[in-house]
Amino acid sequence: MNQAQTPNQFKKILDRTWSMLKAFGKKASPSFIAIGIGIVIGLIIMVAFNPAGAFQAMGRLLFSGLTSSRNMGQILYFSAPIILTGLAVAFAFKSGLFNIGASGQLMMGVLAAITVGIKLSLPAPFGWIVAMLAAALAGFIWGVIPGLMKAHANVNEVVTSIMMNYIGAYLFAIMIDLFLEQGNTKQSFPISSGSQIPSLSSIFPGSNANIGILFAILIAIGFHILIHKTTLGYQLKASGLSMPASKYAGMNTKKNIVLAMALSGMLAGIGGAVLALVANKTQPVLFGIFTEGFDGISVSLIGLGEPIGVIFSGLLLGMLRVGAFNVQLNDFDENIIKVIQGIMIYTIAVSVAIQIGLRKLIAHMKSKKQIEEAGEQA
Amino acid sequence: MNIIYGLFQSLFIAFIPLLIVALGGLVTEKSGVTNIALEGLMIFGAFIGAYVLKGMVAAGTSIQISYLTAIIVAGLAGCLLSLLHAVAAIKFNADQIISATAINIIAPAFAIFVARTISQAGQQIQFGANMVISEVPLLSQIPIIGDIFFKQTYISNLLGIVILAVVWIMLMKTRLGLHIRAVGENPHAAQSVGINIFKVRYISVAISGLLAGMGGLIFVATTSSEFNAQVAGFGFLAIAVLIFGNWSPGRIFITALFFAFLRTLSAVYTTIPILQDINIHKHFYDMLPYVAVMIVLVFFSKRSKAPSAAGKPFYQGER
Repeated sequence: MNQAQTPNQFKKILDRTWSMLKAFGKKASPSFIAIGIGIVIGLIIMVAFNPAGAFQAMGRLLFSGLTSSRNMGQILYFSAPIILTGLAVAFAFKSGLFNIGASGQLMMGVLAAITVGIKLSLPAPFGWIVAMLAAALAGFIWGVIPGLMKAHANVNEVVTSIMMNYIGAYLFAIMIDLFLEQGNTKQSFPISSGSQIPSLSSIFPGSNANIGILFAILIAIGFHILIHKTTLGYQLKASGLSMPASKYAGMNTKKNIVLAMALSGMLAGIGGAVLALVANKTQPVLFGIFTEGFDGISVSLIGLGEPIGVIFSGLLLGMLRVGAFNVQLNDFDENIIKVIQGIMIYTIAVSVAIQIGLRKLIAHMKSKKQIEEAGEQA
Repeated sequence: MNIIYGLFQSLFIAFIPLLIVALGGLVTEKSGVTNIALEGLMIFGAFIGAYVLKGMVAAGTSIQISYLTAIIVAGLAGCLLSLLHAVAAIKFNADQIISATAINIIAPAFAIFVARTISQAGQQIQFGANMVISEVPLLSQIPIIGDIFFKQTYISNLLGIVILAVVWIMLMKTRLGLHIRAVGENPHAAQSVGINIFKVRYISVAISGLLAGMGGLIFVATTSSEFNAQVAGFGFLAIAVLIFGNWSPGRIFITALFFAFLRTLSAVYTTIPILQDINIHKHFYDMLPYVAVMIVLVFFSKRSKAPSAAGKPFYQGER
């Protein structure tokens, strides 16, 4: 009897897994489509400039991140901050806000973290913990300003957070120049050893990988629980879907806006700490907006705004970034990766709209059919 | 006195591109399509224009003719790329901020990728010429006005004023302008009287791309001798000018002047004795326009005259 049942049960499990995979595939299809289109157009551009090396270069871009344990460690190192900025953007998105200022928030995080790391020489666990808390606070402040302006003066958060990027980047250059520059090197001092986030170089020798990636994953899981299982998460989502409706339902929408932007900024700030609290890493005395915040927009969109999706898309972009160093072997510039990223974002923007359109069309046809049926019955 | 003339001459360098690009933003927003891709469009226009400028100067064409041609080509390039945003925003009802962000990411990366792939020397594209007109004959002899407007000047300064006049008249006095404003305020009402919303919006976005591309090349050609895949955030600043200018050409003119003045301070503060004595970090001056935008937005957003339909996708069946 047991023998007869086992294949049956096995088939059931197989069926269930298959339907789960199908559901996942259906949900994640826009991001797979975007990744595919991004890679194909990237390849076309590369072929246009250097047909001979293009295919090998694309192979390197996609897979060379996986060829050594050092490269795999580098993937984790690059992924951690962009997963965090991706979470920051996704978090704001859930509440209907577009946080294009993750770059500035991340830079303030870097500034706060290295200030603690250089000026206070705290012993090992306290050094990096205090530095990370300082970074979280700095990001929080940089995010709360656009949040307050949106909530209380109805100023569009897109414009203010772009302005905050520029203000942050200039402030960053000023502060390093005035307080943290090592002699006349145009570089900041390296951080004290107690402020370095514990390294994973024993697992990934030669890489900069550290436990920042674990923080990123834990925070993503926390974000998932917060947004899907708690009242606060429900409120934030409700404000995101319809501000007037959630206001009418008695929610404090102003508070929710401020909170969403502040927490979003905090995540980006932590991303800055993860990026900067690494042995021998210094920051330049130079005006420039870090690109990790914009990468966060890509990560968040390719991850379809879901925290678990963000982990995977962050790892994917980390992998492409490591691969991008190697396309230079084929005389291509590494910026091809940014072009591909931009194309992916564009495709997502368009594909989401196509899906909404399809859904509306189906709903419309269904309701029409129902009306007709009702008419026939009458 | 020379300091003051110098101040005016550098004021124009920041003012003209800000004005042109903000006017581009004005046209597209008036039609109901937001366009934060102005930065990317400026970079793309400047990129293509820089190659044209470099090529024509190298071929021995006169500098001013090369410059004007390059400005036009840059405009067309910006126009072409803006259609990508237009298709997403108008045809696919995409989130306009996201599709514009995509363009802002693609444009500089593509420019650096191409420049470095074509020439191993690096990402910079040098023009090999200075566009400045040191003295306009006759007119520069007028006292004061001659010194301010007709010495150390650029052909693009005149162009900027012409564009202001054309955009103003187009928006406020022509049929197309009326259609653009109607579509941006109430697309359904506009459609009910037979206006082709999609056509009007495509035209408006294309105009914004055209002006952003032109502004991009003008900025690069008047502030440096090479293209380096950036326009110093002028595209974003132009959006701030547009908002502070409350979507009106006249106020945009004044606001652009104000922000240009703040920008100019960081470039010239070393030549002004009082400011030199205070000895504040250079980047504090660089930061000023952006801080000003934040402060100003707090006070002016409540009285905003933004077009009602700006940024909202148009669905045929909705009302």
